[in-house]
Amino acid sequence: MVMEIVCPAGTPAALRAAVKAGAHTIYCGFADETNARNFPGLNFDRTEMRESVAFAHQHGSKVLVAINTFPRAGDEAIWHRAVADADSCGADAVILADAGLLDYAARNHPNLRRHLSVQAAAANADMVNFYAETFDVKRVVLPRVLSVPEIAAINAETEVETEVFVFGGLCVMAEGRCSLSSYATGRSPNMNGVCSPASHVEYHDHNGVLDAQLGGYTIHRAQKGDAAPYPTLCKGCFTAGEKTDHLFEDPVSLNAEQLIPQLQKAGVTALKIEGRQRSRSYVTQVVRNFREAVDALEDGRPLPQGMLARLSEGQAMTTGAYKKTWR
Amino acid sequence: MQLTVAPIPFFWSKDTWSAFYEEIAETSVDRVVLGELVCSKRLPFFQDQIPGAIERLIAAGKDVALTSLALITLKRERKLTADLVEMGLEVEINDLSVLSYLPKGTNFSVGPLVNVYNEGTLRWLASLGATRICLPPELPLASVEILAKEAEALGVTIEVWGHGRLPLAISGRCYHARLHGRTKDNCQFACEDDPDGLDVATLDGQPFLTMNGVQTLSDSYATTVHQIDQLRAAGVTALRLSPQSQGFADLCHQYRALVEGQCSSEAVLNAITGQTPEIRFSDGFLTGDRGVAMSTPPIAART
Repeated sequence: MVMEIVCPAGTPAALRAAVKAGAHTIYCGFADETNARNFPGLNFDRTEMRESVAFAHQHGSKVLVAINTFPRAGDEAIWHRAVADADSCGADAVILADAGLLDYAARNHPNLRRHLSVQAAAANADMVNFYAETFDVKRVVLPRVLSVPEIAAINAETEVETEVFVFGGLCVMAEGRCSLSSYATGRSPNMNGVCSPASHVEYHDHNGVLDAQLGGYTIHRAQKGDAAPYPTLCKGCFTAGEKTDHLFEDPVSLNAEQLIPQLQKAGVTALKIEGRQRSRSYVTQVVRNFREAVDALEDGRPLPQGMLARLSEGQAMTTGAYKKTWR
Repeated sequence: MQLTVAPIPFFWSKDTWSAFYEEIAETSVDRVVLGELVCSKRLPFFQDQIPGAIERLIAAGKDVALTSLALITLKRERKLTADLVEMGLEVEINDLSVLSYLPKGTNFSVGPLVNVYNEGTLRWLASLGATRICLPPELPLASVEILAKEAEALGVTIEVWGHGRLPLAISGRCYHARLHGRTKDNCQFACEDDPDGLDVATLDGQPFLTMNGVQTLSDSYATTVHQIDQLRAAGVTALRLSPQSQGFADLCHQYRALVEGQCSSEAVLNAITGQTPEIRFSDGFLTGDRGVAMSTPPIAART
């Protein structure tokens, strides 16, 4: 079976572009705090979702709705409504992280297929099987802390489909278990669907040296003319002991395109691309390239080489935890 | 209000580890959760001390529970977890995967690294046998109030993070090893020289985070001294105190005096900074606009 390309869409236009570029599956979210990419101007209202699902289905693509933040105490109804609306919009599955919400969905929408979000960080086969037995989860998006052999070991012990990230932004911390952003800014991935929010970013120019701050903390400093990366907390520059460096992770993004054959051998069902905040043209290019790669693999042709380097916006690329030395 | 001692998050030598629990046995805390939370590679260094510490603490009248690891990925770690639930002592789960090892119907407690953000998750955990939940430190007081009310109806005890550096993230990567140019598998125990973690400062030299192997903590020591009345009114019945290398037994006494109404919140903070002058406090997750924020005491407490 050809590996499934799961592509992000932040807008209905991006969804249509992804469908036309050959994405097997598109994931998206409602325009509110129920999804982990809750950025201004992004995501779908209910009408857009219904029309987008219909469009995708007409073209043979599937739509997954991410409802993967952790519902706020007292306001669970907002998240319950999102699940109900994804169901009535005809979504092929919902992507959930919170155990309480999974329990709710399994009880109230038993026929709506459930995927486990990366935000649930199910990092071993026992956990994957537990979610399958408890909430009838059909697919698990694996956290970005596992090496390829560990992914293979999980697949050897479970019937549940697995989906892994192959391209885009990279969390260094176990997903859904990080409150660095809310510590520094009050806004968190788990509760608000945002990390290192733009509203808390400031740049200061001191005689040609550009400081990038998040929540008032200076975590990057660039000389005039050098690139000033966005100050994401875990990719910032810090001092510990004698060393000043990117102590947690360099400002890199994930590119596992050359590992696709190994991931297939490891039993992975679907390849996920990060970036619901990305443009239509970005989505189109990434989908085309990955589709070409999985089709080549299926036909026994060699993989196209270095196809995505130009999309990394000058950032360095990493294969992340897929290679054990990353740890 | 009960006081719970959290598992030691740092890598301490076997002797320091044992001496710590000897000292804890002499304090007035109600409950002690011990074992390895952060890194499975540390466990062999003090594992043989655990039964003795448990015995000593139980003899001193403490409630004792064993923590699971916070992130379970390797085969060895899965085996460790399976063995943990066999030990016959209450287990505090700090990774949901522990639930897959617990025999059905076993009671357990839930640690602060499990995401319990809402009533639905709380009810689900209670239905599986959770009798006590330490809420994630990230939660605002408004959520704590709703969850404590829900928990009361279910007979579940609610605990909050009362004191100590905040556990902000856990990773597959070891940052201590990375700092020394090593990988996790060949870390040579780079974390053992930092009994309270390694300070991580910004480019302006501002204290910000603390490195602890695969874990990232806050620089600041969270404290609920100013919110004791609100927490009690909300139905919270336990505070969690997270171990630090200096002055911890005295700190336990200070918090005991505070919850018994024998001293003011400011007196507790003064006593702590008397012992460890370099530490900074925060309570922003509960009542501030961001985690690192620190409130001033309620007016009534300023006497």
